Amino acid sequence: MSVKSASGNPLSALKRHLHAACAATALLLGVGSLAEAADLNALIWCDHSDPGLLQPFEEANGVKVNVKEFEGTGAGLAIVEQSQPGDWDVMVIDSIDVPRGVEKGLFEPLPEDKLPLADLFPQVKMDGSTVVGGKRYGITEKFGYNTIGFNKTKVDPADMQSLASLTSDKYKGKVAIYDYYLPVIGMAALAIGKKTAELTEADLPALKDELLKMKANAKLVGEVTASQTALATGEVDILVGGGEWVTAGLAKENPALDFSIPKEGAVLWSQSLAMFKDSKNKDMALKFIQYIMSPEGQARLATSSCYWGMPANTKAALTGDQKKVLRFDEQPGFLARAQAYPAPNADLDKKMQDMWTEMLQAK
Amino acid sequence: MPLVSSSGKSGRALARAGHALPWALVTPALGWTLLFFVLPFIAMGFSSLTAHEGGGFTLSNYSQFFINPSYWQAMVNSLEVTAIVTVVSVLLAYPFAWILAEQVPKRWQRLALMLAVLPFWTSYVVRSYSWLLVLAQNGVINRALTGSGLITEPLQLANTRLATVTGFVHFFVMLLTLTIFANLKQLSPSYRKAAADLGAGPVRTFLHVILPLTLPGIMVGAFLTFVLCIGDYITPQILGGNNELLMPQLVMMQIGRRGDFPLASALSIILMAVVTVAYLACARWLKIERA
Repeated sequence: MSVKSASGNPLSALKRHLHAACAATALLLGVGSLAEAADLNALIWCDHSDPGLLQPFEEANGVKVNVKEFEGTGAGLAIVEQSQPGDWDVMVIDSIDVPRGVEKGLFEPLPEDKLPLADLFPQVKMDGSTVVGGKRYGITEKFGYNTIGFNKTKVDPADMQSLASLTSDKYKGKVAIYDYYLPVIGMAALAIGKKTAELTEADLPALKDELLKMKANAKLVGEVTASQTALATGEVDILVGGGEWVTAGLAKENPALDFSIPKEGAVLWSQSLAMFKDSKNKDMALKFIQYIMSPEGQARLATSSCYWGMPANTKAALTGDQKKVLRFDEQPGFLARAQAYPAPNADLDKKMQDMWTEMLQAK
Repeated sequence: MPLVSSSGKSGRALARAGHALPWALVTPALGWTLLFFVLPFIAMGFSSLTAHEGGGFTLSNYSQFFINPSYWQAMVNSLEVTAIVTVVSVLLAYPFAWILAEQVPKRWQRLALMLAVLPFWTSYVVRSYSWLLVLAQNGVINRALTGSGLITEPLQLANTRLATVTGFVHFFVMLLTLTIFANLKQLSPSYRKAAADLGAGPVRTFLHVILPLTLPGIMVGAFLTFVLCIGDYITPQILGGNNELLMPQLVMMQIGRRGDFPLASALSIILMAVVTVAYLACARWLKIERA
């Protein structure tokens, strides 16, 4: 429907021509750098670029996996829109955003009978997002929590069992906030007793107040590297939105870093793999997904050099030490207390982002 | 007759070649600009007039900037930071360039200039993270201050506007030093001699002769500093700790998750308009030729 209305609009028509010109230019400039059809082309998050994860698959299948990293679903989908159909085979995407790719007609349904769905932690299957119209378009490969990351030698671990500590004077100036609005808004919702899955526009004023209180206590609001560095170097003692993805990878160098699932709960994040409808290499794409979801692939992905996270597959071939660092055995309890990642519609999403902007600008 | 005709033809051919040569030389640059500036700019212009949801013409991407105080604040922050960086950089770079041009012996000038621009050789990102380590709570400055007993509690230097300005100034002082140095070297010594002959002292000569004559170098450097600073994303992102948003950060925010390219395009064009105003304000000093 949106395609039809766009085709009748002169502005859109001109825009389409410009896009085509840009795409043609990009194609001309990219000749020679475009991957061969036999290769597998993957749009990924940084944890998938670890050679330790890709090499076993490449050697076993005699294929080269060409990867392109992106941050944020919007940026990833923009890359796809600027590419030729068939340029990409698989994509890593926030589980809650799988429907966005499906709406754009990008993804291919996945064969459930060829995937180890029965081995996944039931709470992270995220069928509400990964299954659209009765068809599975994504499979959760990794998950974790946006919660409280902290240095247990600098703060009282008992305080970290409550989100109220994040806004208390006791830790003023000792806090960093992870710079991603959805999970931190989710934490603010938990702090004021709201369910993350039920947030509406009416909740925004109360959420804003909570965010402003957090900001007043914070030294910085940083993206992944900045917030991780701040916690690791002692610039701050607490990371709002942190979790195993911050602390587990640093456990060897800095065993004082830990995370808690406070009494109010935590926000569950999860990332999925999807296959492109226009992939020219669907068999290999499926093999790649199967490899990532295998016990070996899951262990390698969970402990990727970029960031650690819980494998979605309960049978992941992790060592005892790795399981301990990821607190593998505590997952049933954690999952029971975790709440869904906020998944607002486009309008509420925009309002939430604007609220986040206001929080960042607050002195 | 045939000879005349032949020379006439070759003369016309030479004249045609003479006309064609400048075009041949300038065509690659024009093509490059057309392909990588004009076309993308037009595309960005159209994108900025398109609704993010559902497409179609809209001015809301522009109106949002004026309606939303936090968007407007990003522009104010950008202008404030850029103004501080430009002024501080000029104040630091001018004496530095003066010393290089006037006090350092000629045989050492090349080496001194090379040392002055040495920080250019390192990666911009690495340099910013290095500043973060210097300014951090456990960084060199705080450890020196606490170690010497001057302060008891570490100062918050990292993740502040001060940190952003410091990172910028470190970079732009080098740039301004180069432009001002080049300007100072072009000045004939006879200007100073003439001023002295007319009874002007060193301060008066500097204020009334040297400074006005080096204004083009200062303005070129200041304009470059303004343009590069106001559009920079990396430095405020790494050093500012997101405790305030500048325009490039606001633009990037629209793209990350929501992929709102129309709004990002509108904000970018507004930023570009501000740069254009700055150019027009400096235009009289940005001429290459000097009277």
